[in-house]
Amino acid sequence: MLSVSELSFERYFERVFEPVSFSLGVGSLLLVTGANGCGKTTLLRLLAGLLEPSEGEIRRQRHPLYAGHDPAIKDDLSVTENIRFMMDFMGRRHSGPAADEGQRIINIVGLAPVAQQQGRTLSAGQRKRCSLARLLFCTEALWLLDEPYSNLDHEGIVMLDKMLRAHLDTGGACVMTTHGSLRPEGFELQECRLISGRHQDYWNAA
Amino acid sequence: MSRPTASTAFLALLRRDFLLAYRRRAELLQPLVFLLVVTSLFPLGVGPSPQLLASIAAGVIWIAALLATVLSLDSLFRSDYEDGTLEQMVLSGQPLAMIALARIVAHWMVAGLPIVLLSPLLALWMNLPQEGTVVLIKSLAIGTPVLSLLGAIGGALTVSLKRGGQLLSLLVFPLYVPILILATSAVSSAISGLPYSGQLGLMLAGMIAALTLAPFATAAALKLSLS
Repeated sequence: MLSVSELSFERYFERVFEPVSFSLGVGSLLLVTGANGCGKTTLLRLLAGLLEPSEGEIRRQRHPLYAGHDPAIKDDLSVTENIRFMMDFMGRRHSGPAADEGQRIINIVGLAPVAQQQGRTLSAGQRKRCSLARLLFCTEALWLLDEPYSNLDHEGIVMLDKMLRAHLDTGGACVMTTHGSLRPEGFELQECRLISGRHQDYWNAA
Repeated sequence: MSRPTASTAFLALLRRDFLLAYRRRAELLQPLVFLLVVTSLFPLGVGPSPQLLASIAAGVIWIAALLATVLSLDSLFRSDYEDGTLEQMVLSGQPLAMIALARIVAHWMVAGLPIVLLSPLLALWMNLPQEGTVVLIKSLAIGTPVLSLLGAIGGALTVSLKRGGQLLSLLVFPLYVPILILATSAVSSAISGLPYSGQLGLMLAGMIAALTLAPFATAAALKLSLS
């Protein structure tokens, strides 16, 4: 589904991270770990196709779904309107009425009480839930999740794990970054530890 | 269900943009109020002589329209860039030029069209003769889409800069020069009873060229700004 060989990325003539290689089959989960600033987000943006690799190669079948740090929620639209726009623009799984599917998704991510509120009134955790809602209507087989657990409460983490489990069981795959403290529980996973490519970090480590 | 067609996505984006414009209507009124204020300052600055005002009317209205458009351009892609929506739209696999065109169409509808609709009032304030007013409206109707189309390229190039507004105006004003020259020359020809269809025809040709090419240039600039 995804295979990466000797991939690295240079910014201002310096490697952001040391070259990595891995391959990901159907139903597998890759956890990218590493300290702050070691290039986890950069790696995910490379995999998504938002950046061009400086060295190495990425082979993937289709467009992946990327959920980054920016939630892509419009402050002036309500939760329902935000989700409806994303569904109309990016596609959805079921062919029934979009309003029903939108309502169902809002219920699942636990935003029903604030469904008519504008984006600006949401808390950080609610924003995260709203942006994760797209995992429920997207049709992409490969998920790229950047720190998906940040800002989520315990209930939210359980919800995300359930979504992830269902996705992996139905032939999906996922690459997820985490800086360590929060990890997916009870999954069989590969781990890729990123090492910063910056020289000064080498000296600091030594 | 698979990915929506480009036209479905285009309409979804337009609908979202109009809804957003409605929610942020105070923000949209600012360039128009600016246009009215700048135009009404001229009689105070250069003197209220009707002949003098009539002779500078077309130029004043057009320059005020350029300034008002540039004011509204900075926000064309900025909010989508800052909240991550642009990133998601690029990754959605929908053609980027289509996304750019939808934003441009929405921008013209909320920023360009009101200028065209206000222009008879401005022409009256500036004592522009009747035959000039009609041509002024025509020139704005053809010209303001070009302002949105060319401006979008500048907006896309400067979207990743923290304070791109000033650079944006430096980038797009030179591109607006031909439109300004043709429009004001059409109006002055009409006032002196000369044919003006040549200038309007050239503006129309410019609009068609911009309509076909600017969305692609904007798409390339957006791609550059995101990486």
